[in-house]
Amino acid sequence: MSETSTTKRNLARAFATTAVALLMAVGTVGHVSQAQAQASQPTSGGTIQLAVTPEPPGLMLGLMQNGPTQMIAGNIYESLLRYDTDLNPQPSLAESWEVSDDELTYTFKLRENVKWHDGEDFDADDVIFSLDVFLREVHPRWRPTVTNQVESIEKTGEHEVKITLKQPFDPLLLSFEVGTTPMIPQHIYEGTDYRANPMNATPIGTGPMKFVEWSRGSYVHLQRNEDYYLEGKPYIDEVYYRFIPDAASRAVAYETGTVDVLTGGSVEIFDVPRLADLPNTCVTTDGWEMFAPHAWVALNVREGVLADKTFRQGLMHAIDREFARDVVWSGYGTIATGPISSRTRFYSDDVPQFPFDPDRARELIEESSYDGETLEFLVLPYGETWTRWAEATRQNLEDVGVKVDLVTTDVAGWTERVGNFNFEMTHNFLYQYGDPALGVARSYVSSNIVEGNPFSNVTGYSNEEVDRLFAEAANAPAEEREALYQEVQELLVDELPVLWMVEMDFPTVYRCDLKDFITTAIGVNDAFRDAWLEQ
Amino acid sequence: MHLLRFIGGRLVKGVLVLIAIATLNFFLIRAAPGDPATVMAGEAGAADAEFLRQLREQFGLDLPLHEQLWIYLTDILTLDLGFSYRQGRPVIDLIADRLPATLLLTGAAFVFSLALGVVLGILAARRAGKWSDSAITTGALFFYAMPLFWIALMSQIIFSLWLGWLPNVGFETIGAGYTGLRRALDIGAHLILPATTLGLFFTALYARMMRASMLEIAGADFVKTARAKGVHEGRIVRRHIARNAILPVVTLAGLQAGQIVGGAVLTETVFGWPGIGRLMFEALAQRDYQVLLGVFFISSAMVVLFNLITDVVYRIADPRIEVGR
Repeated sequence: MSETSTTKRNLARAFATTAVALLMAVGTVGHVSQAQAQASQPTSGGTIQLAVTPEPPGLMLGLMQNGPTQMIAGNIYESLLRYDTDLNPQPSLAESWEVSDDELTYTFKLRENVKWHDGEDFDADDVIFSLDVFLREVHPRWRPTVTNQVESIEKTGEHEVKITLKQPFDPLLLSFEVGTTPMIPQHIYEGTDYRANPMNATPIGTGPMKFVEWSRGSYVHLQRNEDYYLEGKPYIDEVYYRFIPDAASRAVAYETGTVDVLTGGSVEIFDVPRLADLPNTCVTTDGWEMFAPHAWVALNVREGVLADKTFRQGLMHAIDREFARDVVWSGYGTIATGPISSRTRFYSDDVPQFPFDPDRARELIEESSYDGETLEFLVLPYGETWTRWAEATRQNLEDVGVKVDLVTTDVAGWTERVGNFNFEMTHNFLYQYGDPALGVARSYVSSNIVEGNPFSNVTGYSNEEVDRLFAEAANAPAEEREALYQEVQELLVDELPVLWMVEMDFPTVYRCDLKDFITTAIGVNDAFRDAWLEQ
Repeated sequence: MHLLRFIGGRLVKGVLVLIAIATLNFFLIRAAPGDPATVMAGEAGAADAEFLRQLREQFGLDLPLHEQLWIYLTDILTLDLGFSYRQGRPVIDLIADRLPATLLLTGAAFVFSLALGVVLGILAARRAGKWSDSAITTGALFFYAMPLFWIALMSQIIFSLWLGWLPNVGFETIGAGYTGLRRALDIGAHLILPATTLGLFFTALYARMMRASMLEIAGADFVKTARAKGVHEGRIVRRHIARNAILPVVTLAGLQAGQIVGGAVLTETVFGWPGIGRLMFEALAQRDYQVLLGVFFISSAMVVLFNLITDVVYRIADPRIEVGR
């Protein structure tokens, strides 16, 4: 109804945020922080409410890969493997697996006595259907792997599946995370129009939690799967994922006890230190290792001054990344040194360094073809923190004499502009998916300069040597890969197709009496197999 | 008869206006950058050309624009609001899901603000210049000037966090399994903060308008006449002044009532209330064209309808007014 103008609202919002912070600080004085409990035996029972944002479009994990869908549906569906926080594969629907010496065949022994939530048996046919039919057709991350690397997927027993590769592809073993290859019930989807299947509204998986109800605009309700194949698990009876659109209201909902968990990304980073001081409150940055979100400034290097490497190196020296991490991101995150995250495999810090050095930046910019033109910086519309970071970046660049205009838009507008290469500079962050072949190469290889989505090589960077190294590294035998990635990291860091900034943290805030909650590389996404509530 | 002909004529005009609005909305929405497929690709964190092509084909976005418009218009003429492929459900269901919560919130806010606003306005006018008048007008100015969401957040902090009297978000206590009266009370407790927050702005408007209008009419000749005739003061205020003074308030109330179905984006967002305003706002961000057009269509139909009702109410409040054609 009586909505005020946007500007007025933004101003007032900034003020209110400050006021909230002040009021909260007053309200929490005197509490004792972080009651760390001792390890004990899991107990059954309890209800957990989590804040997730935004509300997902759907829960059919094979068809939708956005963050909230994964956070919820990752507990309904399962894949062949799970991963610990060091990205080591662990059994899930596959109880064991074997890789042949030539690294060409992978044999998965499936767990027996697994049932879908509707009571049907899960077996090798479901795996073949999921990997070779359903996901091959619809999944944007599994499709390239299965098309380019896989020769065949065969059933070698009622509970055994063999995947044969065209050439060695070491990252294959990282592809069996539930968001990448969720197992899809063949008896429900075979022969149907997948996206129009009415069962998408009531997802059926094999996971520890069963879908009960989705009250649009309010919550998704999951319930303990009584017939789960692991004795005694899961422990939690009921789980509610609540959709509260306003970040400040979510924080208040945590403080009043309405929700027990603020999932990563649903809490503004500047609220975290304050919330961490509340009683019975734990904060962890674990559970994002598979994704290892890597933030950078993407530059459109096709033409103009941004095509000039010297200028780009000047920009890199000009941006104060320590400040961004410590102030804008409230101390969360690690300074990135190159294209590969230090949280995944093959990271190397033996690369050219670009410390914050305004004098060196001015020299390089002086030396470059920069002619005083104004560059346009498209602000990533993912919340207040990104706006602040864009402002800080502009300040850094103007200090060394580079003129920058900040341009704002909404998520759809940003996606459209970046996806169609209609930008000069912008922030972006991409998931790494555990291996450079899965999550890193896509941003730099020239074969992925494809219009239409902001997660391709949008900068237009093209270098035959980089293409060759990434291609070779993907299919090299495991022990030869490190050297190739070392080479490509040195090359890219010197060239700077993008300016790497921060390896991001998305802290999860939760009540400390929730035990064994974040134990895997995807954290909240598959947390409810093992989580239990201390009574 | 006269009134019926008037209503009939206005309804015909209303339908034409609605078709024009629907067409305009259709083009306006498409003028925004991006489409539902790019948004979903963006959310997925990974996409390829095939993924986008599949989505566009499914959403019907691969058809030429004029064909899409034709399909849309013929659909709404048969009262079919279309299908949200993003959410996998018919638009009418999505809207119907949100309708009870929306009506409860906006309806409660409407009644609250109208009743309180009129009473405060009368009180202030009767005590013009005294401290209670100053208190009411200052209070009204405060709530009129304050941004809605700031009041919303502050009320959450005071009543939910500090005092612990009221829940801060949601429609009801989730997972409590209340039924019957217990559930009604629970929903009522969740309703108080959002309805009050939403209502305060209009309360302030009504109070100020009612006060000004009362003071103006209090000096009119017919009031002096009534007073000279020795009519009891309470009766003068009720029958002679207030009844005349309420006309501008009715106009404003008609405007507010027209927005009842449209929901209240800010209030619903801050209080996590599952209403139509949020549905619309999220559909806008996601470029979920069908949902957005559906909400626009229903809201514009309501505005047309309530304008008509306002005109009829005028006639009842003040029989001197000839309903114009």
